[in-house]
Amino acid sequence: MTGPDKKDRMTATDMIDSSATAAPDAAAARPRSDTWHRARRHTGLLIGAALVLGIVILALLAPLLAPHDPYLQNLSARLIPPVWQGEGSWAHPLGTDALGRDYLSRILYGARISLLIGFGATAIALVIGTTMGVLAGYFGGWPDFIVSFVVNVRLALPAMLVALVVVALVGGSLNVVIWTLGFLVWDRFAVVMRAATQQIRSLDYLAAAEAAGASVLRILLSEVMPNVLGALIVVATLEIAQAILFEAALSFLGLGVQPPTPSWGLMISEGKAHMFFRPWVIAIPGVALFVLVLAINLLGDGIRDVTAPEGRA
Amino acid sequence: MLEFALKRLGLTLLVLVSVSIITFALVRLAGDPAVALAGAEASSEEVEAVRIAYGFDRPLTVQYFGWLGDVMKGDLGFSNILQRPVMEVVMERLPVTAKLAGLSLLFALALAIPLGVLAAARRNSMLDRLALSIAVVGQALPNFFFALLLILIFGVTLRWLPISGDSSLLHYLMPAIALGYFSTPAIMRLTRAGMIEVLESDYIRTARAMGLPRRRVILKHALRNALIPVVSLTAVQLGFMLSGSIIVESVFSMNGIGRLGWQSIQRTDLEMMQALVLIISVIYLALNYFADLLNGLLDPRLRVQ
Repeated sequence: MTGPDKKDRMTATDMIDSSATAAPDAAAARPRSDTWHRARRHTGLLIGAALVLGIVILALLAPLLAPHDPYLQNLSARLIPPVWQGEGSWAHPLGTDALGRDYLSRILYGARISLLIGFGATAIALVIGTTMGVLAGYFGGWPDFIVSFVVNVRLALPAMLVALVVVALVGGSLNVVIWTLGFLVWDRFAVVMRAATQQIRSLDYLAAAEAAGASVLRILLSEVMPNVLGALIVVATLEIAQAILFEAALSFLGLGVQPPTPSWGLMISEGKAHMFFRPWVIAIPGVALFVLVLAINLLGDGIRDVTAPEGRA
Repeated sequence: MLEFALKRLGLTLLVLVSVSIITFALVRLAGDPAVALAGAEASSEEVEAVRIAYGFDRPLTVQYFGWLGDVMKGDLGFSNILQRPVMEVVMERLPVTAKLAGLSLLFALALAIPLGVLAAARRNSMLDRLALSIAVVGQALPNFFFALLLILIFGVTLRWLPISGDSSLLHYLMPAIALGYFSTPAIMRLTRAGMIEVLESDYIRTARAMGLPRRRVILKHALRNALIPVVSLTAVQLGFMLSGSIIVESVFSMNGIGRLGWQSIQRTDLEMMQALVLIISVIYLALNYFADLLNGLLDPRLRVQ
C-alpha cells in the first residue's frame, strides 16, 4: 500500500538497468543485484534497518551496557530527572523511577522484552497463518472456504479484549503473553499468503512440477514457499511491530508482562501517576517504543518496496 | 442482490455461532472459573460450592446451549459482582462508546479522505510526501502514549480541555482524537491508492478530454468510485475502535463498554466478560454485513462472486 511514486522510480531504474546490462550472461544475476541496488537507494529502508540493528545490538548487550541492575530499588534516589534536566546527574543518565530504579538500565532491558515478544509472537503467528494461507491458496475449493471462514471468525473477535481475558484468567507471564498474541495476530499472514499462493498457483512451473510427479508437500516446500518468501518477510516484519505495540498496550493495562519486569508499556503505566510533574517518566519509554515500532515499520515498508515494487499501489 | 444479501447473512450467522462458542469456551477453558471466582485463598469446599451455584458442574454442552438460549432471548446473564443484569449495565454504557467511536471515525475520515485525495491529485509533491510521513508516524505511535501526551499538553499545560469523564461533548474531544488518529493512516493510504487507480482509468481520461475541469472530475467522478473500498475499511476500523476503546476509555475514565470490559476483567466478572466479547463481535459483524451490502449496491460487480 505504499506510494506509486516509489513504483515509478523503480520502473525507471529497471529500465536503465536492463538497457545497461544487455549482455545475456548478466541476465541470471540481475534480479538480485537489482534488489540490492534499489535497497541501497531507499532512504526509509536504510534508516529503518540501521535503527533496528542498533536497538537489537543495545538489547543484546544490555548486561554490558546497563549502568545499574534494572531491578535494584533505591528509595533514597527516587524519581531523579534525566541528565538534561537541571537536577539530573550522569549517575542515572535517564533518571530513576518511583522506586529508584535506574531508567536507562530498565529501558535497555525493556528492549529485550519488546523484541522477545515481538519475535516470539510473530514466529507463532507466522507458522499458523502461513500454513493456513498456503493451503487455502494452493488447494482452493473447500480448504479455501474453511480458511476464509476461520479468518472471519478471528477478525470478529475483539483481539484486545480476548487477550486481556486470557491473561487475566491464565495469569500474566512472558510465555502466556507470547502465546496469546501469537494465536491472535496470524490473520494477516493467512490473508497475504493465500493471495500470494493463488497468484503462482496458475503458473506453468507448478503445472510442470505436478506433471513430473512431485508430491504436494514437495511442491509446497520447494516451488511455492521460495516464491512467496518476499511477501512473507514483509508481513512478518510489520507484524513484529504490531505485536510489540499489542504487548505494550496489554502491559499498560496491567494485564501483560508483570512487574517488576522492565516492559516499556508497564513503565508508562507505572509512570502515569507521576507524569503531571515529571512528564519524562512516560516520555522516555514512550519515545523508545515509538522509535522501535517506527524503525520496524520503515524496514518492512522498505523491504516491500524493494522486493515487490510492482502490484503495490 | 437479494441472493447476495442472503448468502452474506448466512455466512455472517455461521461466523457468529463460531464466535459464541469460542467466547463461551474462552471463559471456561482458560482456567477453572470456579477457582477464579472463589479466589486463591478459598478452600476446596468453597470452590465446589461456587461451582454448583454457578452451574459449572453441568456438562459444557448443556451450559453452552443454556447460555445461548438466554442470549437469543436478550438475556445476557446476571453480574454477581454488580448485582445487576448484564444487559442493563451494557445498555447504560453503550451510548458513551458509540458516541466516542462515531466521533473518532468522523475525525479519522475528515482527516484521511481530503489528505488522501490531495496526495493522489498531486503525486510526488511535498504534500504527498507529508501525507505519507504522517501515515508512517501515526502507525508507530502507541495510542495509550498518545492519549497521555494529549492529556499533558491540552489538559495539564494549556488547560484547554477536561482530562477525564464523559459528561459533555468537550470531554469527548481528546479521546476521539486519540482513538481516531490510529485509523487515519489506513484510510488515507487506501483513499490515495484508490484515487490514483481511478484517475488513470479511461473514463476519467475521457471526462478530462471532453474538457471538464480537473477539480470537478476529481471530486465528482473519481472520488465516488475511489471511495467504494473505503466503505469496507471504515467498517473494519470501527470494529478496531471498539477494541481500542478499552484503552482510551480507561485512560480518560469514560464510562463506556471498553472501560467496563477492563473493570470486569479486574473484578473477574465472568458473565460480563463473556457478554462483552460477544457484543463487540456482534457489532463488528453487523457493521461488516452492512458494509458488504452497501458495497454490493455501489459496485454491482461484487455481487457476482
